[in-house]
Amino acid sequence: MEVLTPTQDPRVLSVEARPKLNRMFRLQWEEVQQGYVLLYPEGMVQLNASAAEIIRRCDGLTSVNELVADLESAFAQSGLRSQIVQLLAQAYARRWLV
Amino acid sequence: MMLAQVTGADKLNAVKPPFWLLAELTYRCPLHCVFCYNPTQHAALREELSTDEWIKVMREARAMGATQLGFSGGEPLVRDDLEVLVQEAHRLGYYTNLLTSGVGLTEPRIKALKEAGLDHIQLSFQDSTRELNDFLSSTKTFELKRRVAALIKAYDYPMVMNVVLHRHNLPHVGTIIDLALEIGAEYLELANTQYYGWAMLNREHLMPTREQLQTAEAVVNEYRLKIGSQCQFFYVVPDYFEERPKACMNGWGSVFLTIAPDGMALPCHNARDLPGLVFPSVREESIADIWQRSAGFNAFRGEDWMQEPCRSCDERHKDFGGCRCQAFMLTGDAAATDPVCSKSPLHEQVVSIVRAAETRANPGAPWKPIVFRTDANSRELIEAAGRQTRAMS
Repeated sequence: MEVLTPTQDPRVLSVEARPKLNRMFRLQWEEVQQGYVLLYPEGMVQLNASAAEIIRRCDGLTSVNELVADLESAFAQSGLRSQIVQLLAQAYARRWLV
Repeated sequence: MMLAQVTGADKLNAVKPPFWLLAELTYRCPLHCVFCYNPTQHAALREELSTDEWIKVMREARAMGATQLGFSGGEPLVRDDLEVLVQEAHRLGYYTNLLTSGVGLTEPRIKALKEAGLDHIQLSFQDSTRELNDFLSSTKTFELKRRVAALIKAYDYPMVMNVVLHRHNLPHVGTIIDLALEIGAEYLELANTQYYGWAMLNREHLMPTREQLQTAEAVVNEYRLKIGSQCQFFYVVPDYFEERPKACMNGWGSVFLTIAPDGMALPCHNARDLPGLVFPSVREESIADIWQRSAGFNAFRGEDWMQEPCRSCDERHKDFGGCRCQAFMLTGDAAATDPVCSKSPLHEQVVSIVRAAETRANPGAPWKPIVFRTDANSRELIEAAGRQTRAMS
């Protein structure tokens, strides 16, 4: 599979991009695992806590800028942008997001 | 005594829940594929679980943490309660997969399944040509499958196209990929034949040559580069041709839980015939007890059961010693190293099977006719096995 790095993916570079979960994936809280998972045909990805916080905000309406602002306020932390952009790039490369 | 108890409890706590529940709803099937991995004695297993029994299984496995649920068989559409089961599975929070030949997937049913919450459909083809598809399955189903593929798209399901590969269709892998692209499959599973059940019986007919495999792999890689993310390929490796065994089932009793049509709980769909193991029935025990405590599910968990060369091998955490069923079929010992591994003292057996396919000669064994997966053939095999048992006793 083609792997996109953050600087190569125009959707992430654009602060106006509104990432959305690929319809092939379903995001779900799993009580037993105490974590979010992505479910897709015959497979499952276990998300760590920070990945889950980012992915579950990707509703196709929220822009990358808004996402960063929302997360920084939710976790009372600044300087999260590069970490978020990096995760989004990985998620695009793995086709979790469109 | 105390120490032993503590160790026992620790081992129990370390058992992770099953993530994959494979519900083999029935062994009845309108197709008669020569490479089917179902048990050849399926005709003896007629006492299928009821709707309520399946619902109990799904609830208990979900409570343990299972997320993926495959409805398989046989042909699961033979069951007229499939919609009810899908609806309950969806309500429970499973990601639901239907693994089908397409036979019986009419528009009313595909619509009802969508409404019930079915997430994904895996549709099998036997080949990209009508002639070979219909010959290998001993049915006229190629055109039907194409119509079903269109229905799957029309009802907006993610679609996996599945094709089992062997010496007859490996040369067609390019047109098989073309077919996947044409019908709009998001995933294509190119599954080299795994030799269990009917496939084991027909192994001589199905085993490809190394050259066929290499040519096919080159074609697959070319397409991968060409088509980008349009369709994703899963390539199931032809393990007889490898130097290391597959990490079968991701480890025994680790992730996969199969429930056979008669309610037998199995760590993999071929474990039924392993000697000396008793597998519990969901009619008698809960899924939690079966998964955590039954002797069958604990038989090859962890590493205590391993022999050399596995026991001291650096790669034992990676491949878990390979496949227990294959070890039994090829060496007579289910705890042996899977002889696919070049470190196995019996690896030469696998090498000679592969070599025989190259020359198409199998010294010492007469050429056997191909055997289709039919109830009549199954009954004949059951009788033959019975005669053999009587002769031995």
